[in-house]
Amino acid sequence: MTDVVTEQPLTGAPGRRVRRVRRVPRGRKLIFAGLAYLIAIIFLLPYAEMVITALRPNAELLDRDYVPRHWTFSNFTSIWASGFGTNLKISLEVAGGATALVLLVALPAAYYTARRHFPGRGVFLLLVLVTQMLQPAAMLVGIQREFLNFDLPSAVLSLILVNAGFNLAFAVWILNAYFSSVPVELEEAAMVDGAGRLGALGRITLPLAMPGIVTALIFTFIAAWNEFIVALTLATSPDDFPLTVAINNYVGQYSVDWGHLFAGSVIATIPVIILFAFIEGKVVGGLTAGSIK
Amino acid sequence: MVDTASASDVTRESGRVGQRRRPFRQRLGRAATPLLWIGPAIALIAVVVLWPVVVMFRTSVQHFSPNGFLLGPAGSKNFKNLFDEPDLPGILERTAVWVVVVVCVTMVLSLGLAQLLNQVFPGRRVTRWALIAPWAASVLMTTLIFRWALDPNSGVINLFLKDIGVLKSFGSNQADWLGRPQAAFVWMMVVAIFVSLPFTTYALLAGLQTIPTELYEAARVDGASTWRTYRSITLPLLRPAFLVAALINVINVFNSFPIIWAMTRGGPGHETATTTVFMFQLKEAYIGESAAMSVINFGLVIVVVLVFLWATRWREQVT
Repeated sequence: MTDVVTEQPLTGAPGRRVRRVRRVPRGRKLIFAGLAYLIAIIFLLPYAEMVITALRPNAELLDRDYVPRHWTFSNFTSIWASGFGTNLKISLEVAGGATALVLLVALPAAYYTARRHFPGRGVFLLLVLVTQMLQPAAMLVGIQREFLNFDLPSAVLSLILVNAGFNLAFAVWILNAYFSSVPVELEEAAMVDGAGRLGALGRITLPLAMPGIVTALIFTFIAAWNEFIVALTLATSPDDFPLTVAINNYVGQYSVDWGHLFAGSVIATIPVIILFAFIEGKVVGGLTAGSIK
Repeated sequence: MVDTASASDVTRESGRVGQRRRPFRQRLGRAATPLLWIGPAIALIAVVVLWPVVVMFRTSVQHFSPNGFLLGPAGSKNFKNLFDEPDLPGILERTAVWVVVVVCVTMVLSLGLAQLLNQVFPGRRVTRWALIAPWAASVLMTTLIFRWALDPNSGVINLFLKDIGVLKSFGSNQADWLGRPQAAFVWMMVVAIFVSLPFTTYALLAGLQTIPTELYEAARVDGASTWRTYRSITLPLLRPAFLVAALINVINVFNSFPIIWAMTRGGPGHETATTTVFMFQLKEAYIGESAAMSVINFGLVIVVVLVFLWATRWREQVT
């Protein structure tokens, strides 16, 4: 597998047959397609195993077969008795709260940096870029001690703040790019027609930047939803455990509750993969914009 | 921050109305207006990103009891304790191997994958969609799937290895991949590469798509070979995308925690820990020493970022 893929650029670059412009020969097309399907299967197999194990009866958990003889939904029904509903609620609150906060803060900043060249703009953008390069894991002790001192009423609030702070950069870049692409003349025309600055923003610019807003929204939500190390550090009571921490806790010292672990993982993962598919084409831009520019 | 912002709001409005009458207030207003727009972002970054750095540095020179009580200043004792850890050289070496191997293999494989996805053929869409899964799914959960698949008695990876004759028997020492630190570390790198491939491939693919097709046609007319075209056109023009993808990978892989934590908790002892995982292990009982490790990790990240900014001349690009 490894060899095949690394060889690809050598044989796969366009135009080995010199005279045939742009047309890929049929034989090679078939090889590409076969290879692509093989790669697709390799990338999906782990998640297929996740679903299969979640649907495997406990009695067959240790069987040595790829697919169980019976299927059961019992893991999906019994998981709620262990407080999984609370974990789901916490994850929704953390991810939803962080997303709302990011949009609230990033929208004005991105709009202003896209429209105005003010003194300090470069410094601000550099600050955002540096933020993007830093991850909570690199300063975890600081985060833990700081929020210990803040003593917020619940870990959910702390997690909302931390997730918002570390995902702000992506939202600023992607929104900045979309706002920059809306011509100033459109806004001015609306203002001439009596819309006012805020009216122009609300009726012209925001709707045109909607794909960027949706991308920032979904990306932040997923990042906060999947966040693990800060949640593991700041959420100390079982009432505050989001999904990642709860699923990690199915791994015991001596045994692992694999059935529930993967049932929970399926519930936590599948919706997120589908959501991500909507913004897939735009994410790279937001992740690299600050550094390529 | 909030006060400044609302005050500047007022100044800005009055500044705009009385443009000729109050040049000073107008100038003040003009200087403060940006704060109204970017102030909240700066405040959030200050509280969540910058202040923890200060606290981290401070903690690294303080003496804490194992359950978190501040006992007084520690001077450089935390750093001295850290450097006296007998396992530290091994951890540093493992961290270097972890970052270099995972990033290099990811970049090379992604070059191939991106090149493949840049061709026109039926099924391209399916592969693009399949690549989304490891990207969007939680790394923790993806890693737990691999841990389960490596189960010495019934894991599907062992099942497959038995079927193709690589594995001799279930439950054996050979089948217990995660029980042997070296083998466990190799599998962790496999998972790290697996979850890094999607972003890297997409970033390189975006880079490939910015290369004008006329260049390839010109090369074709000149009779350049495929390899020559790739080396002289594709690779040089792909350089910016490649550098950014590599940088983001270096930072992500260096800070990666869930993969190692979910597989072995960094154990036995610290035998599969990188500096990030070691920092977390220390945090349980030695907060000051953990902060010292954090300071060093943080310093390494900053050095990497500075080298990158210098290499790409970021300042010139923004202005």
